[in-house]
Amino acid sequence: MTPEHSKVAYQVMWNRLISVVEEQAQALVRTAFSTSVREAGDLSAGVYDVDGQMLAQAVTGTPGHVNAMADAVAHFIRRIGRENIQDGDVYITNDPWEGTGHLHDITMVTPSFHRGALVGFFACTAHIVDIGGRGFGADAHSVYEEGLYIPIMKFADRGTVDETLTRIIRGNVREPDQLIGDIYALTTCNEIGHRRLIDMMEEFALTDLNGIATFILENSRRATIERIAELPQKSAAGEMTMDGFETPITLKVKVSVQGDKIISNFEGSSGLDKKGINCPLVYAKAYACYALKVAIAPEIPNNAASLAPFEIEAPENSIVNALHPAPVALRHIVGHFVPDAVYDAFDKIVPGLVPAEGAGCLCNFQVSLRPRTDAPAPAGARRSEVLTFNSGGSGARPEHDGLNATAFPSGVMTMPIEATEHAGPVIIWRKELRPDSGGAGRTRGGLGQYMEVGAQEGHEFDIQAMFDRVDHPARGRRGGQAGAPTTIAQDAGGPMNGKGKQFVAHGRRVVMAFPGGAGYGDPSERPIEQVKRDLARGYISAETAADDYNLSRADIEEVEAAVARGDAI
Amino acid sequence: MSEVSIRLGVDIGGTFTDVVLEKGSETYSTKVLTTYTAPEDAIIDGMHQVCAKAGVDPSHIGQIIHGTTLATNALIERRGAKTALITTEGFRDVIEMRTESRFEQYDLNLNLPDPLLPRQMRFTVGGRIDANGDVLVDIDRSEVEAVVDKIAKAGFESVAVGLIHSYLNPTHEELMRDILGEKIPDVAVSISSEVSPQMREYERFNTVVANAYIKPLMASYLGRLEDRLKTEGVACRIFLMHSGGGIISIQNAAEFPVRLVESGPAGGAVFAAHIAGRYGLDKVLSFDMGGTTAKICLIKNQTPKTSRVFEVARTYRFKKGSGMPISIPVIDMVEIGAGGGSLAHVDAMRQIRVGPESAGSEPGPACYGRGGERPGVTDADLVLGKLDPDNFAGGSIKLHPEESKSALSDHVGDTLDMDAVEAAFGVAEVVDENMANAARVHAVENGEDLSEYTMIAFGGAAPLHAGRLCEKLGVERLLVPPGAGVGSAIGFLRAPFSFEANRSVYMKLSDFDGDRIKSLLTDLKTEATGFVRTCDAVSPILSEFKVYMRYTGQGWEIPIELTEEQAMNPDEAAFEARFIEDYSKLFGRPVEGMDIEITVWSVNATTPPEQVPRIGEADGSGTATAIGQRDLFDAAAGKYLDTQIIERFGMAAGERATGPVAVIEDETTIIVPASRDAICQPDGCIDVVLRPTGASKNVEG
Repeated sequence: MTPEHSKVAYQVMWNRLISVVEEQAQALVRTAFSTSVREAGDLSAGVYDVDGQMLAQAVTGTPGHVNAMADAVAHFIRRIGRENIQDGDVYITNDPWEGTGHLHDITMVTPSFHRGALVGFFACTAHIVDIGGRGFGADAHSVYEEGLYIPIMKFADRGTVDETLTRIIRGNVREPDQLIGDIYALTTCNEIGHRRLIDMMEEFALTDLNGIATFILENSRRATIERIAELPQKSAAGEMTMDGFETPITLKVKVSVQGDKIISNFEGSSGLDKKGINCPLVYAKAYACYALKVAIAPEIPNNAASLAPFEIEAPENSIVNALHPAPVALRHIVGHFVPDAVYDAFDKIVPGLVPAEGAGCLCNFQVSLRPRTDAPAPAGARRSEVLTFNSGGSGARPEHDGLNATAFPSGVMTMPIEATEHAGPVIIWRKELRPDSGGAGRTRGGLGQYMEVGAQEGHEFDIQAMFDRVDHPARGRRGGQAGAPTTIAQDAGGPMNGKGKQFVAHGRRVVMAFPGGAGYGDPSERPIEQVKRDLARGYISAETAADDYNLSRADIEEVEAAVARGDAI
Repeated sequence: MSEVSIRLGVDIGGTFTDVVLEKGSETYSTKVLTTYTAPEDAIIDGMHQVCAKAGVDPSHIGQIIHGTTLATNALIERRGAKTALITTEGFRDVIEMRTESRFEQYDLNLNLPDPLLPRQMRFTVGGRIDANGDVLVDIDRSEVEAVVDKIAKAGFESVAVGLIHSYLNPTHEELMRDILGEKIPDVAVSISSEVSPQMREYERFNTVVANAYIKPLMASYLGRLEDRLKTEGVACRIFLMHSGGGIISIQNAAEFPVRLVESGPAGGAVFAAHIAGRYGLDKVLSFDMGGTTAKICLIKNQTPKTSRVFEVARTYRFKKGSGMPISIPVIDMVEIGAGGGSLAHVDAMRQIRVGPESAGSEPGPACYGRGGERPGVTDADLVLGKLDPDNFAGGSIKLHPEESKSALSDHVGDTLDMDAVEAAFGVAEVVDENMANAARVHAVENGEDLSEYTMIAFGGAAPLHAGRLCEKLGVERLLVPPGAGVGSAIGFLRAPFSFEANRSVYMKLSDFDGDRIKSLLTDLKTEATGFVRTCDAVSPILSEFKVYMRYTGQGWEIPIELTEEQAMNPDEAAFEARFIEDYSKLFGRPVEGMDIEITVWSVNATTPPEQVPRIGEADGSGTATAIGQRDLFDAAAGKYLDTQIIERFGMAAGERATGPVAVIEDETTIIVPASRDAICQPDGCIDVVLRPTGASKNVEG
């Protein structure tokens, strides 16, 4: 390549690598069996240089994989041994500490060879629905109970799949065909990336990725450090408290902007929980990094250099640095609250940039349906597992309302209820916005949602609840009010818990209200047009309009009359 | 119809209304400015112009085929009717809650687009169908009547009805339609089980709401158009192009106006498919690049690839998920924010970014000299010698290369330590790479290898970039047809009458029920054929059968085409074999041990495609005469090369020009890279082919 045009060529190549990983991720979405991957986008894919430095990563539904993926390949190189890396190999693990935080994420790495030489790696990760053990939930007391553990090892050696490993996997999980299908989907996904990389290397007559890697990493590092250097160079402390499983969990963090890096130190946070909601450091780091990066350097793509300046420290065996063999299956619950804690601190360093607290963790639940046992079940009754992903409201932003029923910081999607009802004999009776749940403020918190779930005639079920913010609703910022808390109960009365597996008898329904985001700023400063609009749409009731926003009786009546006339407001 | 068939194709676009009159083998075309307040005015004006050119009286026009962006624009600009939605109790907010996710993860200030109807315009009633299509809770007539009374009192002009699982059992929706018809007969009604009987409530409800929202507007426009044409003495029937690439009657269009969305681009794809027929090409990539966007479509066996859902009105950098999903049969096109007006800048990583922000026509890119300061793709094209500053748009706009150079230096070159030329090269490479990436991803998603494809390029900016795109994609042959400026309107005249009916019904192969399949497909065939029959009483009607299948547990279905024989005598083994075959092609290997299921059934009824005579292709043994030469930057060579200029319409059939060449015409310039030659074909297509071995030019990255 002629040197004077190399700058243009590198621009093109970087562009291409980002396209390659996006395509890799897309292939996985289309071929995966786990609902978490194909419907919700809980997956990740990336390309690496020979040293295991991540050069590009697909933007998918889950920031939680971001740093974990960036670190993973280096672990593979170390464990496999450079001398044992051969063309045609495929490596696998679900190690929570060297992969992405729990046994339910399978990470696969494929070395990429070009003209006989190792030139880089492809890696991808997917959240699979079952890995054996107790099943997906917080009930385990150690990682040993949470399912099959696959250390970093070769899945395929020079093109030959390890049939012993495959048999062990098949023998230890509830849906072996699905899981093996997913493992092959991950393999294919790396394969697609590899082919496209080789096409690019041929086109640009490259023999290695050193030049393009340096170009990507240097530009990313410089751009990220420039952003950090523009910030006030100081430290601030923040904290937030969540329900936890049985006892509340407090996250404490000190965020320090120090020249070319930002350190988040979680000294003082709660210790380990007995149940499986502990979070390995790599996953907490991902969300701390995401929170800061989306605030100060959102357009810089994720790679080894753009992530490196965001450092994390936490005491061993604290809730955000759980060590083996702590149970970690639902590590996402704590992970999803990390941004709220980090923002509590960062708001004191850069005021007016970050949102108020939001719903935080996803409002997911799984129902295990079976033929009723209290009376003879009808002939067609069956067993079925149905997992759903749902979101509460996000926190109000300084200049914008929070988003209604939209995931943050996670980015996963919900499933259509028509699809959910095809997945098993479940009936979703209600899934709609929850008025008055968004915390009042100059900008309002996003609304949570109502859901109501039951079973088809002849079935009973257990519900595995994975909710938080029952006792700790989202807190407002700068005078904004709290969002509404989570509630969960049976339709015939009887309280239920926010977390854990609970029985629901034949004919009964579970009635849930997911939390709203908190408000930002003094509600009395909210423009009256927006209060009227919220009232017209039913985001807020007349009582809230009057009590929280001082809307006059006359204004309320005017809005109600306009709605009856079908006028747009 | 009279002795010589006279047909009129009309495409209302955002800026221009294109009118094409076809009299036997002769074609006359014109472009007039779109008249937004009364779009029919431009049509009448254009019609008189082409009639005068052709020397025919408007009363002799035998058929009018019409496509329009009016429906799309009404959705984008939110200019629809006062519309209400009635939906199932508990699901009032489906169209507002969307997928509960953010389509851009790295933007703290992201806002989601407002739904077409705000919450107070969405009403609910009890009653529930389950996932088997059985009634779980009966509907209460008096409750429906009370809601209808509210709607009547508020003076809504149009009502959409969308109920959970109505694609399996439409009885509740039909009851509501009847009650609405009895109580408020003047109000337009759309029900989701008719407009889009497909599973996934968010897409289906959005589609029925969109249909209801534009129905009064489109019905009124189409009525006025018919009247105006009658006044002008035109008595022929008018048909509408739909998004799926066929044509339907004006009555069906008024009932299902949402099917008109994307009719213009669909016409472009049909146009390209017709050219493909002329050359006997089975694998074609159509590439349409205008001022703000580029569109790419795969055309196999002279049929554009179709899809069941697409997004309209994307609000955020053309990003997937930022628009509203519409589930109707549609020609599958990738649209990206890359056009001649797309603006370039350098981001924090010192990467050149191009688009989707566009200069528009005022002030336009820097080279227009109208105060545009930021460099656009056109500026890069000018500096690289692809455009002649004195002959842009037939000489009507004088371009200023110095303005381009300073804009490129100021906004790109200075930051990156590049001179204006290298900056221009960078901008052109980035925009071409963006388009190439979109094409590659689309091809891979469809299991296709682009190196086997021929590109057909049209639209103002496409010929400037198509040659380089072919180099990047490994495409060996590029055809640039004449008349590309009115390609969509010409495409309308080539489209068959067609209507696709589809339905979501789940069936596992382990529960294979041949009788049910036969009756389902027969029903769909009857429905689709019925629509086509209203347009054409005599032609034979072909039925194309397609089912969407996947492994049970997957979320992504792949379309499987069936022969009529396979569809009407359903056989489990045959269905399975067809699925395994296509799945393996797309994803490399089948998955052992998993059950397979069918989720969507579809029948497309169509009149037989026009038999396109193959042309005798010229081999290019003649030599084209250059009218001059200029310096043109060749991207593969990475430098300026001495380049011949050839006038397109001075080139005779069979003449060849050796690249690099700039083939100029009033509307655009075809850039032939150094790696290729241009041959003028008998039908006026410029055929840009990879030069056979012995190429001495330096070709590299």
